[in-house]
Amino acid sequence: MGEPVDKDTNKYVKEVASEKYKYGFTTDIHTEIIEKGLNEQTIRTISQKKGEPEWLLQFRLDAFRHWLTMEQPSWGHLKLPDIDYQGISYYADPTAKKKGNESKEIDPELIKTFDKLGIPLEERLALSGTAVDAVMDSVSVKTTQKDILAEKGIIFCSFGEAVKNHPELVRKYLGSVVPPKDNYFAALNSAVFSDGSFVYIPKNTRCPMELSTYFRINARMTGQFERTLIVCDEGAYVSYLEGCTAPMRDENQLHAAIVEIVVMDNAEVKYSTVQNWFPGDENGQGGVLNLVTKRGHLRGVNSKLSWTQVETGSAITWKYPSCVLSGDGSQAEFYSVALTNHYQQADTGTKMIHLGKNTRSTIISKGISAGKSQNSYRGLVRVSPNADGARNYSSCDSLLLGSECGAHTFPYMDVKNNSAVVEHEATTSKISEDQLFYCNQRGISTEEAVGLIVNGYAKDVINKLPMEFAVEAQKLLAVNLEGSVG
Amino acid sequence: MLEIKNLHASVGGKEILKGVDLTINDGEIHALMGTNGAGKSTLSNVIVGHPSYEVTEGSITFNGQDLLAMKPEERSHAGIFLSFQQPIEIPGVSMTNFLRTAVNERRKFLGLEPLKSTDFLKQMREKRKLVELDSKLVNRSVNEGFSGGEKKRNEIFQMAMLEPTFCILDETDSGLDVDALRIVAEGFNKLKTEKTSAIIITHYQRLLDYIRPDKVHVLLDGRIVRTGNADLAKEIEDKGFDWIKDESEKR
Repeated sequence: MGEPVDKDTNKYVKEVASEKYKYGFTTDIHTEIIEKGLNEQTIRTISQKKGEPEWLLQFRLDAFRHWLTMEQPSWGHLKLPDIDYQGISYYADPTAKKKGNESKEIDPELIKTFDKLGIPLEERLALSGTAVDAVMDSVSVKTTQKDILAEKGIIFCSFGEAVKNHPELVRKYLGSVVPPKDNYFAALNSAVFSDGSFVYIPKNTRCPMELSTYFRINARMTGQFERTLIVCDEGAYVSYLEGCTAPMRDENQLHAAIVEIVVMDNAEVKYSTVQNWFPGDENGQGGVLNLVTKRGHLRGVNSKLSWTQVETGSAITWKYPSCVLSGDGSQAEFYSVALTNHYQQADTGTKMIHLGKNTRSTIISKGISAGKSQNSYRGLVRVSPNADGARNYSSCDSLLLGSECGAHTFPYMDVKNNSAVVEHEATTSKISEDQLFYCNQRGISTEEAVGLIVNGYAKDVINKLPMEFAVEAQKLLAVNLEGSVG
Repeated sequence: MLEIKNLHASVGGKEILKGVDLTINDGEIHALMGTNGAGKSTLSNVIVGHPSYEVTEGSITFNGQDLLAMKPEERSHAGIFLSFQQPIEIPGVSMTNFLRTAVNERRKFLGLEPLKSTDFLKQMREKRKLVELDSKLVNRSVNEGFSGGEKKRNEIFQMAMLEPTFCILDETDSGLDVDALRIVAEGFNKLKTEKTSAIIITHYQRLLDYIRPDKVHVLLDGRIVRTGNADLAKEIEDKGFDWIKDESEKR
């Protein structure tokens, strides 16, 4: 079979590819950025700027001192560029006012930025049915719908605010799921973290709307160190969504986050991510390094946690949203679509640690690789000796577009209980030229056809997302694959 | 009207078509016969613009348009349909979703609004009956888990949905039992309008008993070496191709 010759298609594809990352704009705003570099003084400065209590400063310093003794891990199936930890700034505040301007109003530029991203921050325009915490660089710009939630006793605010207003809750749960010494990037985050969201759902309360945090990186040469903590008390329910974008920059930007989730007896948390950080250009220049530790602790009996992630952005994605199933009868789910194109690399998956009896976990992972990208699923299923009747079902599929990309699967199983049932299935498939041509012949363009096939492949995961996010995610998958076939 | 002039085409650097001339007027059915490897499928693939086939010389115009300058999907929108010899499976994409996209892409090209879901589903139901396609099949992924015969019926079903004006049936009869052949052929005949023209590629007379060709062409070694009426197909059924080969070599 000869090579396809279609110059017009290539031209079209290039045009689309060059404009495809529509969130790549920058906001020109006065931003207070602390000096580059990382030392104890940096940490004291961050803590002071945030007006933190002494115990939290100590928490940070302990983490930092431990981090200094650690080495950056290299076991991922990734080529991580050297990160110059002294070459970036650890705190950038776009809400800081210039001297002489003490007004309490949010800068209209910030409002405009989030408007452009489809996140209206003015209460009267706020998306109905969703409360939003909007974080730019190191600071939460605004959290909407707080009052309505407060009536039910629900706390939804920036992490910084939670430290000020609910220190006892923060102190009780911070680091209880992801200890500061957990891993290299977790230690770094614990030392320098800035804003993220804090959620507390009181007992027997069903959160009446979706909660969501939107993360935006704007400032140049800064790192973003998100910290999110969700506590869902007995019998409570919450669905939480997270979205992310960043401007197109030539250099890599670092996003090293920690998300901790605590789920009590009979409580349920749904956590969904649509990650669309700038993936770098088609030559692999720039892009966000997304190095994240996400973990949920199913403490209570019959507690439920489900992670759903659609990962389309970032130059490098390295994360394993995990579940520790301590409560008897607890149930955990992980649904993932990870798409890589051009020179993107992803090493992602989950860990399901079964400790309680009759615990169940489900893993559905769909990898999509295009261009020259590398896409790995890595997952651990561990069943402890006490976890009688534990069950896991894992299904890991890979879809390849083109012949220059790679898909890899690294499943680990560690089963110490004879009554456990652990199943694993894996498939690899490829979009063939014949499939695309068949679509073409029926009047469907190649771009459209790739979108159709990829969305068909990913639908089991997409269907788990809240409706509005699902539509968004479907579009993202199609857009991020434009230019991958031609 | 489809007009092919001095068409040369190759695949993988090997020349398969060596100067094909063929004109098909609106409303005409042409049968194309010939030995294996003579270039019948190459001709149909070139008409629909398969990227693996390279046209090295000649032209194809369709209703005055330069077909070779058009992308495959544009040719489809212009009204050209190929019933594939080997229909392709697309796992994960339901027949319904696939056809809805196809129908709406065509409507977009024609400047029409997308079809309402209820209208679309109604159309699916009606057209499905034409080829007696099981309703379970349209809920499955495209061609996945279809038997050989079901795949062929599914091709004609898609033709019904897309309402083309020029159809190529590439060995649609192969792999069909007598009943299925009749259903497919009758389905085609019902869909055919006064303007519909078609190329029927077949090795057998029996399909042509249902779909009567206006002309029969014999393609040998990349050229049309003989053209006749429906009787030519019968003659070939009786005598094979050798006598035509001999005659054309003498010339």
